[in-house]
Amino acid sequence: MESRTIVRIALIAAVIAVLGLLPGVVLPIAAGVPVTAQTLGVMLAGIVLGPRHGALAVLLFVFVVLLGAPLLSGGRGGLGVLFGPSVGFLVGFVPAAFVTGLLMQRLKRLPVFVAALVAAIGGGIVVEYACGIVGLMAVARMSVVQALVATAVFIPGDLLKALATAFVAEASFRAYPAAIAGRA
Amino acid sequence: MIADSLAPPNWLSRVPAGVKLAALALFSIALVPVDDWRILAAALLALGAIYAGFGRYGLARLKLLRPLLPLLVVIGAVQALSNDWEAGAVIVMRLVAMLLAADLVSMTTTMSALMEVLAPPLRLLRPLGVNPRKMSLAVALVLRFVPVLMTRWRAREEAWKARSSRRVPVRLIAAFFAEILQLADRVAEALDARGFDTAPVAPRAAPRPPAD
Repeated sequence: MESRTIVRIALIAAVIAVLGLLPGVVLPIAAGVPVTAQTLGVMLAGIVLGPRHGALAVLLFVFVVLLGAPLLSGGRGGLGVLFGPSVGFLVGFVPAAFVTGLLMQRLKRLPVFVAALVAAIGGGIVVEYACGIVGLMAVARMSVVQALVATAVFIPGDLLKALATAFVAEASFRAYPAAIAGRA
Repeated sequence: MIADSLAPPNWLSRVPAGVKLAALALFSIALVPVDDWRILAAALLALGAIYAGFGRYGLARLKLLRPLLPLLVVIGAVQALSNDWEAGAVIVMRLVAMLLAADLVSMTTTMSALMEVLAPPLRLLRPLGVNPRKMSLAVALVLRFVPVLMTRWRAREEAWKARSSRRVPVRLIAAFFAEILQLADRVAEALDARGFDTAPVAPRAAPRPPAD
């Protein structure tokens, strides 16, 4: 792997961290539940780096969080996150970025905005929630329906983030075509 | 900001990282079959005592659990409604005990100590293409990039706000994105110029082609 690839992967991992930290990007919805832009970073990772490198960037982010850096939204980090009820969502970041990247690649013919929106919803919402719900079922011993109901409050926020991802992807592509993997 | 994640040195900081990780694993596995709220309450009390022993820092650290509160309440309520109150209490107490124990390890262990413990298992992954040297470079880069990106973003945001009262538009984010991708490429060139060899370690690679 070239230095260029490693540095880009590290950069996107840092972007995911920053999006979870910036208070300005906390979306004020879902009745007091802090919804941050962290998943926006995960969606962008797949779109910008493609499936393999995008998943690696997310894996690197998760690794740094587990090592103890308080980079998860809300300033959490360390091994504790592995035992939290939302562990499925954290682990799900990796396949979510991969599927987002894969969909983006498959939808090459579509305009960037549409392709990014579909990819972000498919990876960042469908795959991400599937993992999160399995995690809740395992950690919190909930049934599928209970886990679905418990997480449904977050879905509107994530739809907004998918839309934001598509806007950013489109605008970045215009500013710097090499920003999107395999499009330049 | 990142330095805040370590507690001031105390007795637990002096325990080797490997021992702490093993103890954490044993503790968490031991808690899984426990269904008696009294045992869990005792475990929570013991953990609370350790946190309190760390003084003001330990108590401040407990506040980091706050973002999890809504989810914990939902989980407890769901269990309480579908089984009974005790089931709800047990599951929430067990989760909190595991979280607190794991966080004790994280707040008393430096990142480099953890990386060292992880080095032998990472070496086993080398046949799969994992290069521990590249891994530690990548981790170091992430930690360095985070404050750099924060500063650069704030500068851009301030520049916008000084000129307009409107919200920060998406194209500002896009311009920022383009800027940092170019920054990444310059960092890569600098690494290559300083001879950071990212080629695999095993067969000494032929001279690298010039970076494009």
